[in-house]
Amino acid sequence: MVFTTQELINGALGGALIGIAALILMGGIGRIAGITGITVAAFREKGDRAWRIAFVAGLLASPWLASAMGFEFPTPQIDSSPLLTAIAGVLVGFGAAYGGGCTSGHGICGLSRFSARSTVAVATFMTTAIVTVYLARHVFGA
Amino acid sequence: MTIIIGLIGGLVFGLGLVISGMIDPNRVQGFLDLTGEWNPTLATVMGGGVIVTTIGYKLLFKRSMPLFAPKFYVPTKTDMDSKLILGSAIFGIGWGLGGLCPGPALTVLTQAGSNAIIFVIAMIAAMLAAAAINNKGA
Repeated sequence: MVFTTQELINGALGGALIGIAALILMGGIGRIAGITGITVAAFREKGDRAWRIAFVAGLLASPWLASAMGFEFPTPQIDSSPLLTAIAGVLVGFGAAYGGGCTSGHGICGLSRFSARSTVAVATFMTTAIVTVYLARHVFGA
Repeated sequence: MTIIIGLIGGLVFGLGLVISGMIDPNRVQGFLDLTGEWNPTLATVMGGGVIVTTIGYKLLFKRSMPLFAPKFYVPTKTDMDSKLILGSAIFGIGWGLGGLCPGPALTVLTQAGSNAIIFVIAMIAAMLAAAAINNKGA
């Protein structure tokens, strides 16, 4: 295992912030902080889309806010080939929208509501993700 | 007001993703790689997020409505259908392959070069395709 205590602490702090964001949306406008649902509706909804576009804009701007607050983070690296990256993007987008949610909607928000559907969703995507990484790293050695 | 709440929500959510390290695909895959050099960070992120949200939701739902909307829009579906399982299974495969889920992908869109842009375009196009299929009731 290669990790530091600081990583785990930052993980919990960052996770708590994600939780606070979920509470801001629910307490403010009664909405689930599901990135997939928000993104899809930002494109498809005719009427109530402005707050969703604002939410996505906030996500896009957040790395600059983190830097402005003095939080230093390494530039994220996406090492896969462009083709593999595109395939992963298609699978992530299609699967999350078809299954009604991703790590935020089913994961954070669904589990926090004790939703049975979300619990099944999380168990399912965790399993297929773990199997995929196992096959990619240890069987095919990609 | 709903726009300001949306913007603040997105900023705080993204800040959490940046600080937690979940914008780094290698850290995410490090968690999913149980037999390799396992990195447990994702568990502390989910733990922190779920604890705060569970307690907060409990308190919020004691109120009759949110501050700036007429009601809480909480999903009411309870049945397990094949879409839930199939969609989640496909999502997990993509998440394992790329180490990115939708939130971190959008957050790193401007930060991680052309691959981030490729991922997000592919992801959003596929999301809209799935939403179109769902809407037809297929």
